[in-house]
Amino acid sequence: MDLIYSMLALTLVFSTPIVITSLGGMFSERSGIVNIGLEGLMMFGGFTAATFLVYLQPYTSFAPWIAILLGALVGGLVSLIHAYLSIHAKADQIISGVAINMLATGVTIYMAQVIFGQQRTQSFSLSFQRYTFHGLSEIPFIGEILFTRVYLTVHLAIILVVVSWFVLYKTPFGLRLRAAGEHPHALDSMGVSVFKMRYIGVFISGIFAGLGGGILVLTQDIQYTVMSIGGTGFIALAALIFGRWKPIGVLGAGLFFGFSRIFALYSSRFEILAQLPNEFFFALPYVLTIVALVAFSRQSVAPKAVGKPYDKGGR
Amino acid sequence: MRKNLWILLVVALLSMVLVLTGCNGDDNGNDVANGEDFFVGLVTDTGGIDDQSFNQGTWEGIQEFADEYGAETNYLQSEADADYVPNLSSFADDEVDLIVAPGFLFEDAIGQVADNFPNQNFLLIDAVVERDNIVSAIFAEEQGSFLVGVAAALTAQEAGEDTVGYIGGVDFELIQKFEAGFEAGVWAVDPDMNVLVEYVGDFSDPSTGRSIASIMFDDGAYVIYHAAGGSGNGMINEAMERRGDGEDVWAIGVDRDQYEDGIYDGENSAILTSMMKRVDVAAYEVSVMTYEGNFPGGDIIEFDLENEGVSLPEENPNLSDDILAEVQSYIDQIVSGEIEVPTLPSRLQ
Repeated sequence: MDLIYSMLALTLVFSTPIVITSLGGMFSERSGIVNIGLEGLMMFGGFTAATFLVYLQPYTSFAPWIAILLGALVGGLVSLIHAYLSIHAKADQIISGVAINMLATGVTIYMAQVIFGQQRTQSFSLSFQRYTFHGLSEIPFIGEILFTRVYLTVHLAIILVVVSWFVLYKTPFGLRLRAAGEHPHALDSMGVSVFKMRYIGVFISGIFAGLGGGILVLTQDIQYTVMSIGGTGFIALAALIFGRWKPIGVLGAGLFFGFSRIFALYSSRFEILAQLPNEFFFALPYVLTIVALVAFSRQSVAPKAVGKPYDKGGR
Repeated sequence: MRKNLWILLVVALLSMVLVLTGCNGDDNGNDVANGEDFFVGLVTDTGGIDDQSFNQGTWEGIQEFADEYGAETNYLQSEADADYVPNLSSFADDEVDLIVAPGFLFEDAIGQVADNFPNQNFLLIDAVVERDNIVSAIFAEEQGSFLVGVAAALTAQEAGEDTVGYIGGVDFELIQKFEAGFEAGVWAVDPDMNVLVEYVGDFSDPSTGRSIASIMFDDGAYVIYHAAGGSGNGMINEAMERRGDGEDVWAIGVDRDQYEDGIYDGENSAILTSMMKRVDVAAYEVSVMTYEGNFPGGDIIEFDLENEGVSLPEENPNLSDDILAEVQSYIDQIVSGEIEVPTLPSRLQ
């Protein structure tokens, strides 16, 4: 039983950045803009958060929180480049997203060079602390996993999933956002600006990806390096598709990806699995991803107008 | 479509310009050397000159040599693996006296360039390529790892613990040497101590490194030693957090003194000690040999405890004097040949 507890607890920490970033991607794609630049936006967020944490940590114990919020802000601002190119300039959204990813590597390393005089940020001291909720931690099973020695960022991710679900399905704004991705002409005919909804969608994706990147670097690494994000943005993109562009689906997919990675680390404890070579487990999460994508491909329901620039006169 | 291509092109150029301006040496252009003084050229890998690791260490060794002997130096930064051959060739074209390449990543490139420029002298650090004009400098990682194993076991004994851990990057021969030395060191102190071993499968995956460390600490590991590069950062993060939380666990750094990286509350570090590979010593020594006209072309020079090519840091605030004295006695035994440190881990024997 202890084994399951610690596996689930580790999965939560591992999946948090994936889920948050993937949620961001959902807002962008639901509004009709493919955002393949999530990886790059995470790098911007991670770099910004790590940089501010280094400078703020002597002054306040809230430094990690301020740092990830600033990371989110920078992610949001950078995403506006992608928004402008793919909405106003009607550029190919894939190419613009790839451009963001390429830009991220160059700019973050360059900025680190300027600020710290080395190609990575300085290492920060302690960032987020694990926290135990006394009382709540007594609840059987759930208390052990969700409320004992856990990062508050895990709760943040869960709250964001619920809020995203509510915003997307229960508010006029959510309806408009979805309409921009499904049937932009109908939205336009009702007098709502498609461009505006898409800008907002992309901006939210930038904020979430920046937040995810900040949390990833602050909870898993000791400094920002060019390797810190290591493809998590692309995993988030896969989680978005696997989760079928739905908040709860994204949460499930993010947890699934995290769990398959953590499960691989525990494989040596199960006698049958211990026979298999290590490489099998290194490949496992990716193989599972492909299998899952194939299995669900028929039910895959991408927003209808995603990837297409909006043209008022078009049909 | 044309617009898209323009965007891509502009961004690609922009990022390249940014990276290049960020990282270049002070005065390079087409002419990297002036051809009068003794000149040492360094080609860095993509990690950059100030990576706090191989590139930086090698550069420091070259600088030290230059200061003492009045030589000229310069470096060329590689932005991608594809830059290795052009950068090495550019120094070779200018006929500099010694061309240094740090790291096994250069294995293929340096062989190729050395064949094209048979009259140039090359130094390859941390890998072996056999050519008459290449010196290969390798390190006795198992000896350094043995020492940190001794330190880990003694520290665990003092705390009444019986388990330590090792996290490797990728499971291949070079990284296995770290594992072999570490466990031998631990078992030299206490043959009954448990050594947990895991491999991340990647040198740049801090999230997985951290998860593995968390599992190991939960399984009772008191000290964890890593040879996992960027993935090891995750292990250090886990150790820092646990220490900040009042738990008594330690991390051991690798390649350079990682003490600073492990500072978790402004003054105390989670890094017990580090296994240092002195690439600066290797770069310095071979530069001196070449300067004196004794370029040992074709040789494989091993830097070990005897010539201080591997060592613990000079300052070890987290190790007691007793433990340091004990470590010193093991150094003497290894140097005198009394102890032979294995290079193959026990699980493979």
